[in-house]
Amino acid sequence: MGVTEPLTRPAPDKGVEAVVNDFSIAVATANGTGSQTANLTLLRSFFKMGVPVHGKNIFPSNIQGLPTWYNIRVSRRGYIARRPAELLVAYNAATVAEDVASLPPGGVCIFDEGVRADTSREDLIYYGVPVKELLKGNPLKGKLRDYVANMTYVGVVAWLLGVTLETVEEALSFHFGRRQKLVDSNMTVVRASFEWAEANLEKKDPFKVEPMDATEGLILMTGNEAGALGSLFGGATVAAWYPITPSTSFIDALRSHAPKLRTGPDGKPTYVVVQAEDELAAIGMVIGAGWAGGRALTATSGPGISLMSEYVGLGYFAEIPAVIWDVQRVGPSTGLPTRTSQGDLGFAYRLGHGDTVHPVLLPSSIEEAFEMGHKALDLADVLQTPIFVLSDLDLGMNNWMGEPFAYPDGPIQRGKVLSAEEVEERGFARYRDVDGDGIAYRTLPGNPNALSAYFARGTGHNDSALYSERPQDWSENMQRLLRKFDTARELVPGPVLDTMADSEVGIIAFGTTRYAIEEARDQLAEADVPTDFLRLRALPIGHEVREFIAAHDRVIVMEMNRDGQLFDILENECPDDVHKLVSIAFLDGMPWTATWVKEQVLRALAEGRN
Amino acid sequence: MERTLKVNALGMSKADYAGATSTLCKGCGHNSIANQVIQVAYELNLRPHEIIKLSGIGCSSKSPTYFLGQSHGFNGLHGRMPSLATGALMANHSLRGLGVSGDGDTGSIGMGQFKHMVRRNVRLVYVVENNGVYGLTKGQFSATADYGQDLKYAGHNDLPAIDICMEALVAGAGFVARSFAGDAKQVRELLKAALSHRGTAVLDIISPCVAFNDEDDSPKSYSYGRKHEHALQDIGFFPADEEIIIDPQEPGQTTTVELHDGSKIRLHSLEDNYDPTDKAVAVQRLQQAEDNHEFITGLIYYDQSRPNLAEISGLDATPLAALPDEALRPTPAMLEELMHDYN
Repeated sequence: MGVTEPLTRPAPDKGVEAVVNDFSIAVATANGTGSQTANLTLLRSFFKMGVPVHGKNIFPSNIQGLPTWYNIRVSRRGYIARRPAELLVAYNAATVAEDVASLPPGGVCIFDEGVRADTSREDLIYYGVPVKELLKGNPLKGKLRDYVANMTYVGVVAWLLGVTLETVEEALSFHFGRRQKLVDSNMTVVRASFEWAEANLEKKDPFKVEPMDATEGLILMTGNEAGALGSLFGGATVAAWYPITPSTSFIDALRSHAPKLRTGPDGKPTYVVVQAEDELAAIGMVIGAGWAGGRALTATSGPGISLMSEYVGLGYFAEIPAVIWDVQRVGPSTGLPTRTSQGDLGFAYRLGHGDTVHPVLLPSSIEEAFEMGHKALDLADVLQTPIFVLSDLDLGMNNWMGEPFAYPDGPIQRGKVLSAEEVEERGFARYRDVDGDGIAYRTLPGNPNALSAYFARGTGHNDSALYSERPQDWSENMQRLLRKFDTARELVPGPVLDTMADSEVGIIAFGTTRYAIEEARDQLAEADVPTDFLRLRALPIGHEVREFIAAHDRVIVMEMNRDGQLFDILENECPDDVHKLVSIAFLDGMPWTATWVKEQVLRALAEGRN
Repeated sequence: MERTLKVNALGMSKADYAGATSTLCKGCGHNSIANQVIQVAYELNLRPHEIIKLSGIGCSSKSPTYFLGQSHGFNGLHGRMPSLATGALMANHSLRGLGVSGDGDTGSIGMGQFKHMVRRNVRLVYVVENNGVYGLTKGQFSATADYGQDLKYAGHNDLPAIDICMEALVAGAGFVARSFAGDAKQVRELLKAALSHRGTAVLDIISPCVAFNDEDDSPKSYSYGRKHEHALQDIGFFPADEEIIIDPQEPGQTTTVELHDGSKIRLHSLEDNYDPTDKAVAVQRLQQAEDNHEFITGLIYYDQSRPNLAEISGLDATPLAALPDEALRPTPAMLEELMHDYN
């Protein structure tokens, strides 16, 4: 990896210092024009050059025509949070005015001459691209022609930033799965545009990409793909789902990888995927499968979670293993279906009527999505309860760098399941707390021992699973479920702690907000505000979180929702330290930026000193 | 005199197929059906652990507690047993599913799941214990209540009845039958045949509610059923290893159908020209019965050509739930190759 040949680019204007590997690009196009291929090609080109990079698709809920943006962050220091772009590719006439207006002074506007960009701002650098002309003579017609039109900006941007055509070709080849015909037809346009730029443009801006070796050995993948792969390596056998943005690509990935990864020696699949009629049925199938010994999962988003609540409550009470991936989007209601959120935390944690509470895993990266993919299935079987994995649109649908995934350490865990012989030897009462950890033993249908049979039910039951309305049976069973939840505290993934010297301020957060927070912490440290960061990876919280809060004067709880849902949970869990907690909760659908986080932390600390 | 317990070929007595004592009303049609399930399992020498019982919510859905106590069971959510059954039978398709639902559970809250289960052709016997009223909530009309009916609590029913058999047919069921809890023999023979069906077998059994809907003039009462039941056929079930005997008296009226597992049913038609393998005829006959207020029972439609969901899914003989770790976790080399692909 890593392209090492020297750059042959003309240097920027004398007196302007080059900005190398530290900027953002926004690509503005219309939805459904195939710009995703062009954007991913740019992204992967930078990645192939060894430069840390991340891309975010800011897209509409629409199939064709509405504006869409793709933001690429290039950062030699490895920061991958969203950052307002200095470079704009303006290919959408509908948004060109506001897109250009959003550029900072010194920004760059690469525009399709067909969109008639207003070039009156004198603090910007403009490059007009004659897209129509560059496509003259191209044999492709109609939609395909629209698709390759976007390759013109790939060629121009590559030339401007110093990306070689070889690198672009490599990236395209990856994108099209080495199908050379597709690579060639796109490369023709990239090459023509690159050569046109070389012959006709004068580079006036300072932005450059230079090869590094910071991505050596890394992979680039979306969170949904990572979660699906984790599930397949975790031995998922039944997946039932109903299509919903932004979780659909999770099941798409599962279905595309499963035939290769999970076909038995006899050529038969070792899994089933059922597209249900709705989420009510999807979760019903998962609960039914979990009861019968399947390793079952579903993937959905907020509206689906709403529909699943009754079966999840039954799963909690009848103690059925299940895994529910919630790739969060903005709610309530249909909300902003294509924007990211952390708004389902409180709801998922307590989903169901009556006293219900569930373990919730909180991935922040593709490595964690993979790991939690297989761990969630183990935890569901071990704890005999529904397990939520709360991803979000940002993690799920965007491409992220990551270390190659670690193979699961240790065998598949199936929890306390008794065989016919074990039932004979030790007897069996489905809901009896034999080991004192709140987790009872279960049997699976098909067990030939007549004593293994029990009737799973959502109605009140005694510890032999027989119908009971006795007050004591009810309360004892519910207390046992709490004991089981306490056992879960030590079994779910623990938090990740990062400390700085002399810090009095603690930050608690989870999921993808970490990237803006990590970058902001560096900026805060430069401003003499060192912070400690506890990144939560699951609920229920364990002792580390209590200790972290106890050890700090002030703990800022940051989350991407309006009401401070994690804050509420921590208030509840740590009543003695409530006075230390400060909530920063904000959601507008856009991933946070480091600048915003820094300002919010400083504001919160200033207010806290009153 | 010495008394010996009668046992079947497995050495099991009828008591071994019993469940808990019923808490339903005395005389409830559902109890009679539960007894027929016990009898059928006993007569067919079924192994209880090879059966799973599934139900939704309501009086009907309680009844699986009252039979096959040695079988695993799951009392799910109102109207959503079909999805539960689908999942369970995907995780372990070697099990035989026996679902029990009611007219509210299937005809109202569960209509969507019911039709989609039928469409997927999940291998399952799906019994609807149909009494036209909600019992546990004290007597409201259900969606299968008869048009124009008057009930003390519920008042007057202004809406047409949903016909479970018609819905099953339209959704693509390959086994559609109607019976009457007061006709124990027919219930038994239909249950046996249903257990041998390849996919979803729907049995709509009129099962009187003695508490709220058993007045003599109610089409879902015992007395009405006894007086008006019009069986389309006389049905006899013959297990695969048993020879079938055809009545030589009326050979033209008798047909034999071989079921998916090699067992057979003998249908002695009591109505000229009724062909239960013709879907259009079945739909027409149901419509005619509704128009003429006829209470027809028997095998309304039969077609075993459509593969069930496990077959469509290409599952192997070994259930997914029984696969060893090696079959479920891809190798480290596979992960390494994948990681290379994403590099």
